Amino acid sequence: MQELDKLVAEAMALFGGINDADALEQAKARYLGKTGALTELLKGLGKLSAAERPAAGARINAAKQALEEALHAQRELITGRALEARLAEQSIDVTLPGRGRAMGGLHPVSRTMERIEQLFRSIGFAVADGPEIETDFYNFTALNQPANHPARSMHDTFYLADGKHLLRTHTSPIQIRYMEQHQPPIRVIAPGRVYRVDSDATHSPMFHQVEGLWIDDQISFANLKGVLIDFFRRFFENDDLEVRFRPSFFPFTEPSAEIDMSFGDGWLEVGGCGMVHPNVLRNVGIDSERYQGFAFGLGPDRLTMLRYGVNDLRLFYDNDLRFLKQFV
Amino acid sequence: MKLSEHWLRELVDPEVSTAELADLLTFGGVEVEAVEPAAPPFDRVVVAEILSVAKHPEADRLQVCQVNAGTAPLTIVCGAPNARAGMRVPAALPGARLPGIEIKLAKVRGVESHGMLCSARELGLSDAAEGLLELAPDATIGLNVRDLLDLDDQVLTTKPTPNRGDCLSVLGMAREVSALTGLTLKWQPPAPIVPVIKDTMAITVDAPADCPRYCARIIRDINAAAPTPEWMVRRLMRSGIRTISAVVDVTNYVLLEMGQPLHAFDAARVTGGICVRRARSGETLALLNGTELALTPEYLIIADAQQPLALAGIMGGAHSGVTGETRDVILESAFFSPDAIAGKTRDLGFGSDSAYRFERGVDFAGARAALERATQLITQICRGRVGPVAEAQGRLPARNPVRLRLARARRVLGFEVDAALAASILGRLGCQPRLAGDVIEAVPPSYRFDIGIEEDLIEELARVHGYDRIPAAIPVGQTALLPVVEGRRGPAAIRRLLAGLDYQEAVTYSFVERAWENDFCANPEPIALANPIASQMSVMRSSLIGGLVSAVCFNASRKQGRVRLFEIGRCFLSKAGYPQPWRVGAIAFGYAEPQQWGCAARAVDFFDVKADLEALLAPAVVTLAPASHPALHPGKSAMVMVNGEAAGWIGELHPRWQRKYDLASAPLLFEVELHAVEQRGLPVYQEIAKFPAVRRDLAAEFDETVRYGDISNELKRAGPAILRDVVVFDLYRGRGVQKGKKSLAFSVLLQDTEKTLTDAEAEKAMVELRRILQEKFNAKLR
Repeated sequence: MQELDKLVAEAMALFGGINDADALEQAKARYLGKTGALTELLKGLGKLSAAERPAAGARINAAKQALEEALHAQRELITGRALEARLAEQSIDVTLPGRGRAMGGLHPVSRTMERIEQLFRSIGFAVADGPEIETDFYNFTALNQPANHPARSMHDTFYLADGKHLLRTHTSPIQIRYMEQHQPPIRVIAPGRVYRVDSDATHSPMFHQVEGLWIDDQISFANLKGVLIDFFRRFFENDDLEVRFRPSFFPFTEPSAEIDMSFGDGWLEVGGCGMVHPNVLRNVGIDSERYQGFAFGLGPDRLTMLRYGVNDLRLFYDNDLRFLKQFV
Repeated sequence: MKLSEHWLRELVDPEVSTAELADLLTFGGVEVEAVEPAAPPFDRVVVAEILSVAKHPEADRLQVCQVNAGTAPLTIVCGAPNARAGMRVPAALPGARLPGIEIKLAKVRGVESHGMLCSARELGLSDAAEGLLELAPDATIGLNVRDLLDLDDQVLTTKPTPNRGDCLSVLGMAREVSALTGLTLKWQPPAPIVPVIKDTMAITVDAPADCPRYCARIIRDINAAAPTPEWMVRRLMRSGIRTISAVVDVTNYVLLEMGQPLHAFDAARVTGGICVRRARSGETLALLNGTELALTPEYLIIADAQQPLALAGIMGGAHSGVTGETRDVILESAFFSPDAIAGKTRDLGFGSDSAYRFERGVDFAGARAALERATQLITQICRGRVGPVAEAQGRLPARNPVRLRLARARRVLGFEVDAALAASILGRLGCQPRLAGDVIEAVPPSYRFDIGIEEDLIEELARVHGYDRIPAAIPVGQTALLPVVEGRRGPAAIRRLLAGLDYQEAVTYSFVERAWENDFCANPEPIALANPIASQMSVMRSSLIGGLVSAVCFNASRKQGRVRLFEIGRCFLSKAGYPQPWRVGAIAFGYAEPQQWGCAARAVDFFDVKADLEALLAPAVVTLAPASHPALHPGKSAMVMVNGEAAGWIGELHPRWQRKYDLASAPLLFEVELHAVEQRGLPVYQEIAKFPAVRRDLAAEFDETVRYGDISNELKRAGPAILRDVVVFDLYRGRGVQKGKKSLAFSVLLQDTEKTLTDAEAEKAMVELRRILQEKFNAKLR
């Protein structure tokens, strides 16, 4: 029976060395085929005595099973290797660029305006719109700036050739139009294009504003400060940002303030605001004894420049892809 | 307004630095835009008298001066031609640091010089080099020149808001500082001058509403050629006003000091009395600035018995102006109402310091005091004999008490306004507050034109108290949710959609070149601006196309081979009421796709952009109706129909404009109404079919003129009920297809909602479809 152990060891060694499925089957035949060595040993069992036969038979069968298992394992190994080789051939250069269309992007000022909208929407502001060709009434008179008011010289106005209309110099006319249609409580912002006769590195004849208006029975100057300080800190994602309010004059608010925010070692003017003037409320039929509130105007172009470090306002209106693509 | 700090501090002198003073004013409501030193820094420059002047032994152009600078006589070499003995000049002593140079003991061509005699330019006081700066003959020898000329002064540039005309004077600013600090104002109104002559003139005011007060007096026998004292010239200069002549300088000085514009007439040029009236049409007036003005009744004038003399409150006339020969002057100090002056300088195209103040409001109670002040200064400088003040007075502006409810102030400002504090602030502002319970009654002073209602007083409280001392508080408001309309998407969503389709957002100007409106819109009468900033920004756009094409040109000329842009903005239509529709426009130029491997580069075409438009408008179904548009290729353009309504245009830029605008290939573009893009409706669920669908193909040849859209519509309209969908999957021309024909291959989806289709039923449907193609479209089946 030492012969059996030797035979098994020899077969195992042989199978383990084979890397080809056909050769493996041929090798199998040498041991387990009709005339295979192990088959021959089984045939020889008849020569043994009845007492020896069961034990010898069991040993040979055990050996046979061991060889079958070895064969199976070797077959798996061989198919596995073949698959690996085939997949290796199919491999691609994953570092090649993806195909198809690219992505466009938003104008940087749109990004800012949308961000302003999002922030104010989060505290319940609606968004309103109004015409860009306006009448003198909505742009000035209803905003407490009658004809010949010296404050009108603060805005260099584009007039239409018809002598009656103008391009709005600010988004404030939307305040009036909105209040004509809505009763307090009012919480609304109005983004849009505005126009002034002015053009240099820091002024464009067309630029953007976002108007804001909150009218209710208890909305105070302290609230104006609270909301705007909060806004600038959220907009710039900087809780240490300082915001200060400087007395100023707008005919349609009183008290009025310019808004400065800390920037580097200094301050930058980023908007104007104030408590809505009772004459303005009266002009739209809102009881100024019962209701009060604040209005503000922000400059999204300036905010965009500060946010992204853009140093020339004119870039916003050149539509140079080399610039625009930076904001994808 | 430019303002000397030292002048201001003569009237009120808070113990704060210049920078702190500027901040005090800025945060009190009068912005200080700039603070500049009156002179650049220098030191060790003193008043010296030239004792003698001798020629330099070695140099023709130089002189050797013996100089008394308050110590032992010094020898100083000097090159100035105006050096003469007895003259007092600035001497920079050794060790002095002047702008750009340091003075040392030095030998000049062999002569030891103990300093330098200075010109105004060497001290940085002037740009002109006119020899040595001659100081007053009585200037104290040895005195620091900085002290003599008050050079350690600072000039504040203030920018009072349009409602604060009262801040356009030194006195007004001093009142402001006094109110902000609580310090007492050191100002005494000038005492009336006792007249020494009886001469006076008749004053008639025909326009009492325009001129509620007019004061004037005659001063006879003045020396109009007397020099203006240095200190006055200096203060005028620091406020940016040139010296002209003593009398004019005095009127300007009082304007700066008290804010009251004055005018001086040459009495010899005034015939009869003075009349304040509206001008008559046909009258003319030559103004001091050289303007010949044709007058109209819009203008208020000062006239004598014969002719207009001055444009009231704006500018004097050339004829009656004061000259060096003037002996007698009539000095005017009036109150012209803001309404009479406002807007006039805009019509005239020029302004004046006087008009600037009158239109904002001048202290109507101060006219006489200013006249006395000017008289005092003129007689000091020019001598003369003073006549009595003649005055005409009408109805002056009312100053009614204004009620301030403290409860209201608390509600508006949002903090606990203390009654005593409020009364104190209003007192400091000269409003004579009377506190009664929770109400303060205040009477605004005659120099304030911006206090008439309660809010005006609340503003005063807030700014004098300090905005920074008002707390910041997050408001408590109603918390109802805002409506969110699901069936509409806003511009934000549309921007993202277009960005996802590989378009970059552009912002182009709303005002454009007239030619664009002609070329791209065939619009000969666009809305024109009266005052455009440039000719290429002179009319309002009625389409986004011009701006987008121009942006493509801009980028193409910068070597961009592929440009895809979109814009969302208003267009402006020259129709009644100026409709201003929002539109969405997009343009694609150059390659269809970014340069990449694995697929051939090809130019973008109509169907690429059509697919983008379809994606943009989905789920709405877009149909295109062939039509021509001035901007577009007539064979490659169509009107965009959404839900059966015209919503815009799509097409290829007309070859004519491609050439004119110098583009290498024609861009594809579309422009649609924003509202059509915004509407999208809500999805409505439909039962998913339980029975399998059958897909069959169908191919046929058609005449070139047959349109796919018509075939597809007809099959859907007239085809069997089990037809679910029909899609074209191939368009073929060429070998095997007759010229003038095209072959279309359709994929047909058949499905019954009730049962599984049998082959026979499917085939029956296909037969029906083939019949329609043959009968309606003359198709040759393949």
